[in-house]
Amino acid sequence: MSTTPLPTDTAPLPEARPADPWRMPAPRPRGAVSEALLAALEGSPDDARLAPVTDALEEARIDGPDGPRVVLGEDAQLALLVLYELHYRGVDGVDDGWEWHPGLLALRSRLERPFEAALRARVPQPAWDGTPADAAGVAARLFALAAEDDGPSLSRYVAKKADAAQARELLALKSVYQLKEADPHTWAIPRLSGAPKAALVEIQADEYGGGRPGRMHAELFAQAMRGVGLDDSYGRYVDAVPAVSLVAVNTMSLLGLHRRLRGAIVGHLAAFEMTSSIPSRLYGNGFRRLGHDTDTTWYFDEHVEADAVHEQIAARDLAGRLVEQEPVLRDDVLWGAALCLAVEGDVAAHALERWQRGESALGRPLATA
Amino acid sequence: MTIQGPPDDVTVTACPDGPLLVRGPATILGPDGEPVPRNRATVALCRCGGTAIPPWCDGTHKVNGYRSGPDAPAGDGGDHGGDAPRPRE
Repeated sequence: MSTTPLPTDTAPLPEARPADPWRMPAPRPRGAVSEALLAALEGSPDDARLAPVTDALEEARIDGPDGPRVVLGEDAQLALLVLYELHYRGVDGVDDGWEWHPGLLALRSRLERPFEAALRARVPQPAWDGTPADAAGVAARLFALAAEDDGPSLSRYVAKKADAAQARELLALKSVYQLKEADPHTWAIPRLSGAPKAALVEIQADEYGGGRPGRMHAELFAQAMRGVGLDDSYGRYVDAVPAVSLVAVNTMSLLGLHRRLRGAIVGHLAAFEMTSSIPSRLYGNGFRRLGHDTDTTWYFDEHVEADAVHEQIAARDLAGRLVEQEPVLRDDVLWGAALCLAVEGDVAAHALERWQRGESALGRPLATA
Repeated sequence: MTIQGPPDDVTVTACPDGPLLVRGPATILGPDGEPVPRNRATVALCRCGGTAIPPWCDGTHKVNGYRSGPDAPAGDGGDHGGDAPRPRE
């Protein structure tokens, strides 16, 4: 047994909530690696039995020349998501002691090496164009990179064409990240100093609602989910989300959790903010067209205004000043930005392709509202 | 539109080809003289005229070809640099 495609049974997702609603529910395995991992995590970290996970990784040839392809599949991406989730809110039924278990970290590293190699193969290092690498030059280069992005526009489709079921699918597809929105970039705060650190905190404070929990972007997203009849509990739709979306989420965790990649997570955030305000207006228009009220569209309306601020701070004060401080990070910043555009673009391309064929963009259908 | 506030606490950064970023406790008054509600600590005021959510920026300058012109020289000692208005010498 090696990696498997998404489960082929089309049973709707179960309605059961996890025992602890703050944690991610334990997902269904998608192949031998995630199955062995989830089984191992049911045990105690004081009596770790990780050999079956190691065996499954070897059988999947994760260390072989085909490792980068294998690691982008459903099975390995789910395993990575679970391993990273131990650093966020945890997984239902999994002992918190696993988070820093050396054996488990070693296994994560065996997945991360081919994962990073796959991302570097997917997104080559963008060339620096000779602009002076000062704050203004870095900002200009990042804005140009985002403007050149010719990925398919999911927001335009949602504005004009998406039906009610596709609008719900969009929110389910985004929910694995959006219910912890901003968290992966927050890992970078203690890794920065001075001006770029102040800039990142300025952005993140706004992401977290500026001291008002109800304005936290993840909370606004939860409100939008409820507005379209979805369950807003954390990680509720993990089983429905295909590998391409997990790649986008795991990319952020990889960049955020490794200090050596701090330039890339900063570039990722800058590109994310630069491709948000205009698409958010289009998403909001789509949800209004479908008859949703301002409580439901607030999430998108908020991002039109907020991300027009954040992109300016992220470009100059965060990314630009970081490169001034640490010129060696210039290429990482640029690569992180290009990586964000690519992996988020892959999610958009996947959803559009499925919807235009009249199919679901999810691996499993949603229960009817 | 008027921006009021203790000058030492308020900075306005002119973003090249983009909005004016306002940091600090500035009260922003609309055309009727009433304060515009502010929902965040740092706000971006539209400079290109194309926004759908005035007075705030909505990113439209990136698609309507707005250019702010050459930057004023740096070295004014401001925290956020840029071509913020300053007295002529």
